[in-house]
Amino acid sequence: MKNSTFDDGIPGVDFPEFLTEKHRRQAAGSSALSRRHFLKLGGLAGGGLVLALGLSRPTQAVAAEADAESAGSDGAFAPNPFLQITADGTIILFATNPEIGQGVKTTLPMILAEELDVPWESVEVRQAAIGKEFGNQSAGGSRSVPTRWDGLRVAGATAKAMLLSAAAKEWGVPESECEASAGFISHLQSGQKAAYADLATAAAALPVPEPGSLTLKSRSDYKLLGKRIGGVDNEALVTGKPLFGIDQSLPGMLYAVYLKNPAHYGEIESVDLAATKALPGVTDAFVVEGSGGPNQLATGVAIVAESTWAAFEAAKAVDIQWDRSINTESWSGFVAEAEAKKNDPQKVVMEQGDLTAAYAEASQTVEATYVYPFLAHATLEPQNCTAWFHDGKMEIWAPSQTPQSIGPLVSRVLGLDQENVVTHQLRIGGGFGRRLMNDYAAEAAAVAHRVKAPIKLVATREMDTAHDFYRVGGVHHIKAAVDAKGSVSAFEDHFVTFTENPERGRPVRGGGMRPSLFPFPMVANSRLAETQFKLNTPCGWWRAPGSCSLAWVLESTLHELSTAAGRDHLEFLLELMGEPRWLKEGNYNSLHTGRAAAVIRKAAEEGNWGAPLPKGKGRGLAFYFSHSGYFAEVAEVSVDAVKKVKVERVVVAGDVGMVLNLSGAENQIEGSVMDGLSAMAGQSLSIENGAVQEGNFDRYPLLRMSSTPKVEAHMIETDYDPTGLGEPAFPPLAPAVCNAIFDATGTRIRQMPLSAQSFSV
Amino acid sequence: MATVELSINGTSHRFEGVNPSTPLLWVIRDEAGLVGTKFGCGKALCGACTVHLNGNPVRSCILPVIAAQGQEITTIEGLADEDGTLHALQKAWIEHDVPQCGYCQAGQLMSAAALLERNPKPTDDDIDAAMSGNLCRCGTYQRIRKAIHSAAEKGAQSV
Repeated sequence: MKNSTFDDGIPGVDFPEFLTEKHRRQAAGSSALSRRHFLKLGGLAGGGLVLALGLSRPTQAVAAEADAESAGSDGAFAPNPFLQITADGTIILFATNPEIGQGVKTTLPMILAEELDVPWESVEVRQAAIGKEFGNQSAGGSRSVPTRWDGLRVAGATAKAMLLSAAAKEWGVPESECEASAGFISHLQSGQKAAYADLATAAAALPVPEPGSLTLKSRSDYKLLGKRIGGVDNEALVTGKPLFGIDQSLPGMLYAVYLKNPAHYGEIESVDLAATKALPGVTDAFVVEGSGGPNQLATGVAIVAESTWAAFEAAKAVDIQWDRSINTESWSGFVAEAEAKKNDPQKVVMEQGDLTAAYAEASQTVEATYVYPFLAHATLEPQNCTAWFHDGKMEIWAPSQTPQSIGPLVSRVLGLDQENVVTHQLRIGGGFGRRLMNDYAAEAAAVAHRVKAPIKLVATREMDTAHDFYRVGGVHHIKAAVDAKGSVSAFEDHFVTFTENPERGRPVRGGGMRPSLFPFPMVANSRLAETQFKLNTPCGWWRAPGSCSLAWVLESTLHELSTAAGRDHLEFLLELMGEPRWLKEGNYNSLHTGRAAAVIRKAAEEGNWGAPLPKGKGRGLAFYFSHSGYFAEVAEVSVDAVKKVKVERVVVAGDVGMVLNLSGAENQIEGSVMDGLSAMAGQSLSIENGAVQEGNFDRYPLLRMSSTPKVEAHMIETDYDPTGLGEPAFPPLAPAVCNAIFDATGTRIRQMPLSAQSFSV
Repeated sequence: MATVELSINGTSHRFEGVNPSTPLLWVIRDEAGLVGTKFGCGKALCGACTVHLNGNPVRSCILPVIAAQGQEITTIEGLADEDGTLHALQKAWIEHDVPQCGYCQAGQLMSAAALLERNPKPTDDDIDAAMSGNLCRCGTYQRIRKAIHSAAEKGAQSV
């Protein structure tokens, strides 16, 4: 079944701005887009190029080297930019989108291999260069898989069709009698068989077929998709090969740090550059005038040195006075203000039914304020970028989730022509949304532009935490009720969030809440109101933007209601879902209540829902729909007398349509559970005088191995097109665990993290 | 500034003009060019920089390079046999598809290798204790634990 075009009704998904329009267009017209590309490059291959031996270089040993090849080995059969078959038999598949740990460097080429019909063991996967011919090369919103699904299948099928034609021609037999399988074309009647490599030269001379003339495989014929396939870089990773941005090295390279005002948007009052330049190993120090604030290029002091350590040491020693006057905001101040404005929202976003009547007739009413803090992304690979300004070109090696946005950004802040900014994408040591922003690339380019030598810019952990684009904190004043039958009859939320610009009134990234969000439209009497405070602290997209915090508020509230009504939470949730239907008729990316109910039932069944537990133990259930993925989770916890929480088991049931790589899927689920637990256990940023106070993992902790629960993933495969798995398993974790803590202790968690209420994990 | 002589993965290196208090990590990465050892925190909090010093796991981000002189340093690049045969743990990591982003995994492997060296059949608790200094932001702990058990069961330690 096809996923239809997107509208704004993907509940809970706050798409990064750069994705929305492009993805709508791509989802609507991906085959048209693909065809243009195939014709263009197919023309090259069909223009009489002789097939030559492919260059053989080690895969991915140095990404910068590998991606130089993706433009096309001379004469190889390259019917489209996504794959090449060289005469020596090498089948090269290009991984188009950034790999941030979500597995697309493996999963996307698997789609190509499936339609091309080649054994996975026979292919060589290379990271693609950055170029328009590859379409949208970003990693965000769990959109890599759904937006690539059609195009990559067509690309693989195109090449296979041309190989079939080439074989039929050569053997003088009808094409319909030829079959493609496992890298060979065969003609059963005559017993002839040829490897793809032997047909590649002839295939390269053929016209590229219309996508509409191709027959794509049906799911039942898949040999590769759906299996457990290990990551293509695994061997390189476990042997320490230089895959990451921070691993890049260039001849004559210098090392840089970029110091910014801890109070975001603040400028420099004074800096002693002469003394800085005299520090050991320092080759240069200068002020870079910013442009466009933290979103583009923040003002900073660049220190360039002969080694990373010399640069780090100089950063500690440099004498800078920051202007702290412009930004004095504090998180505790915002929370107090949100409490004061509780009954005074700025605007009503949606309202339906008659709340007053619903409360009057309610059997139970729940009122609560939920508070969650700002969070950092804390990618384990600190932000970094290598840049070299040479021959009029700015060449950039960046671990970025949006590498195609680097050219426009760098050209804007440095006044360079966009075609003179060349970006190379590299494996990313953790994205989680942090690297949708390219601040480090702008900074590295600004430094390289002046230094005239290759420079590698690296942030210390403390700099990284101090200058993130944070997961926005928020406050929700909730009022909700159940009627005499124990069914939800009222649901009200006054959401206190933030805006960079009160005149525009647009919430900060990840700080929006749509009225189409579950459960508002499904409750007869509901209201969503909003207040936005002006914020200087830069915010960004964090794993499952919006959903990562809203799920906890809404699903905890639903549990408060079922508890108040004295009902079983499973039955309560299923009743709320009601008859199987799309919440927006005809929109396959809106919530389907039947798919929701199926994962809720599955999680409950596998998670022993309803089975008795000893004292001190509890079970919690939560569901959330985000990024077109359906996830329900059952958490089992024990809580001891000193409020030590042990999450013993988390059972996850999910529906993302078809699962493309089962190992990758389970990895994302296991990771989402651990990430969710880490965030809720003890992560919180205090902002004081405009500056984030936490710096390293001592005050911003990640959980360690001993806190790992047993995670079980159960996928319900449905006929829908596949969607991404990097995010949708994250949101239900926190409410499932909090509902379980309530079950075990009777304590309702309404403030994150748990450590703020003396719980430890 | 000093001249420092280091033995890394069995090879002797001589670095001139090095600040003796430079953490070993940065000499390994910037001077020796072995970038498999990772920088994560600079304060021995995350374990991404774990290397072996005479077989013991150390956090190279806080160890002054001068303290590593005259000792056998092993980095992730030296974990496999000289002929390229992977360590049992490296094989298990691949078999269990452990990495997500993969950034922490060199450090995880070095800690795990040191564990198996002194305790060939670790329990879950042994593993939790030995691996507690290594953070994984992607949350691959469940698979790391499985892979360590699997390597231990195969009993084939190549180091």
